[in-house]
Amino acid sequence: MRREALVAATLFALVGLFPLVGEAYWLRLGTTMLMYGVLAMSWNFIGGMAGYPSFAVAAFFGLGAYSGAVAQKFGAPAGLAWCIAAASALVFATLLGLALLRLRGHYFAIASLVVADVLRELVNSATDLTGGGMGLNLPVPAMSSIDAQAAFFFYAMLALATITFAATLLAARSKLGFGLRCIQQNESAADMLGVDTTLYKVCAFALSAVFVGAAGAIYASWVHYIEPPDVFDVLYSVKAIVMVLLGGAGSLFGPLLGAAVFLSLEELVWRKFIDVHTGVLGLLIVLLVMFLPKGLLSLSQRLPWAGKRP
Amino acid sequence: MSADGPALLELSGVTRQFGGLRAVSNVDLSIARGEVIGLIGPNGAGKTTLVNVITGVHRASSGTVRFDGTDITRLKPYQAARRGIARTFQIVQPFPEMTVAENVAAAAMFAGAAAYGSEANAQALEHLRFVGLADIAHSRAASLTLAMRKRLELAKGLAMRPKLLLLDEVNAGLNATEVDHALHLIRAIAARGITVLIIEHLMKVVLSICTRVVVLHHGELIATGDTKSIVKDPRVVAAYLGRRYGAADSALRGVPNG
Repeated sequence: MRREALVAATLFALVGLFPLVGEAYWLRLGTTMLMYGVLAMSWNFIGGMAGYPSFAVAAFFGLGAYSGAVAQKFGAPAGLAWCIAAASALVFATLLGLALLRLRGHYFAIASLVVADVLRELVNSATDLTGGGMGLNLPVPAMSSIDAQAAFFFYAMLALATITFAATLLAARSKLGFGLRCIQQNESAADMLGVDTTLYKVCAFALSAVFVGAAGAIYASWVHYIEPPDVFDVLYSVKAIVMVLLGGAGSLFGPLLGAAVFLSLEELVWRKFIDVHTGVLGLLIVLLVMFLPKGLLSLSQRLPWAGKRP
Repeated sequence: MSADGPALLELSGVTRQFGGLRAVSNVDLSIARGEVIGLIGPNGAGKTTLVNVITGVHRASSGTVRFDGTDITRLKPYQAARRGIARTFQIVQPFPEMTVAENVAAAAMFAGAAAYGSEANAQALEHLRFVGLADIAHSRAASLTLAMRKRLELAKGLAMRPKLLLLDEVNAGLNATEVDHALHLIRAIAARGITVLIIEHLMKVVLSICTRVVVLHHGELIATGDTKSIVKDPRVVAAYLGRRYGAADSALRGVPNG
């Protein structure tokens, strides 16, 4: 555990040097990558560790974005608004999990998919609070320059990614992570061995929400303007899943690796296939499932110098 | 192996209905501490359903299940497990991608209350040594043969620190040597003071290790008694054993006193 924490600390510290060398474009890309990393690591709790294919990332992201935005509208400072967003996503996911996690497999996936749509319609109709379909403007932070603003949100997202990784590491190396692995492999057997499966699944679901909620709120502050179709976009769910599968589901560094590779693909390849980019995404998923079901990280174990798995 | 003392498990009027089918019907059964009790009956008699009701997989449609002095009728499987009821499955259910040791450690941790990490691992190794799987503790569970998986199930059951161990056809699919080894293990488990209930089709197993036998037929408990009287009971002979066992009584000859 200490070795992994050390590797991660070095990694995050290196990423932290980014604003010193980067220009605005790279800084924006870096912030997006960290945000994707948070989404992927979050989905890994429920989808990777517990094996429950959740599509609720978009719901938590949008809920966080709107919770934070509304809090800021009523005068909360950005930091407090982000915490409020995280808390509301946590509470929402806990209650939702108690209801939805009675379902297994495909049934759970479909149910979790609908949640974002329901929330989007609620936000659309609560015009007084959220501006409805008109969207919501957020205060622009009072900072000296555009560059300083960009660096501020980069570091905010970096801090969130670091916290999310720490939570992943703590969960994976504890009774919680062990129990989730049991559930992922055989839920009935886990139940028989004394695992309180409902409690563990709800914990995983709540963990998959709390950091995404904060990421949504930071995103809202960053772009100054949100509207329902933007932040409740189902693509947030799909991307999180693809990134984790790309990197390696259930692993520690897989989601981060997946986020980095995915964003690179998004930037480099998709700009050239703007008309068919959803097609490219679909193709990527098919290729992944067929040829690399355990993700890019599993490649490293096939290399001759690969050591024993930690 | 006497059947004295207060009952460890007490079923009264237990019925489990699936739609129009009564899989278990009005079963009264009392199991004392330290007993090794055999549960026999034809396929579809409701044996596994009865175990499922005891462990909380199915809830009794009516009747009560008392265990160790408390009513456990409405408990969920994980709660029953933590109170000291362990079971093995007819179809073995390891966590395939985990190592053999991790499988047993999971049982020690979640039902046996061992701490995560070295305590659970140490206990796992101890139980694996007991069932003879210590050499392959770090192999993937999916790579084991059927006989080894059955022993893994036993190790998992023991790691749960059970008061009552329910063995559902733990010998099915094993060859004669493997059955002998399993019998040896079950005797050793009983000698530790763990009460054992065995669902078994092999009469050789039942006759050699059980102190008492219970017979289920069409969900009803049609007979209960010591092994010698049960094989002569005409209802049991008609429902399950067939004439060969009952009339000739040959099965009892040469069988060591269970």
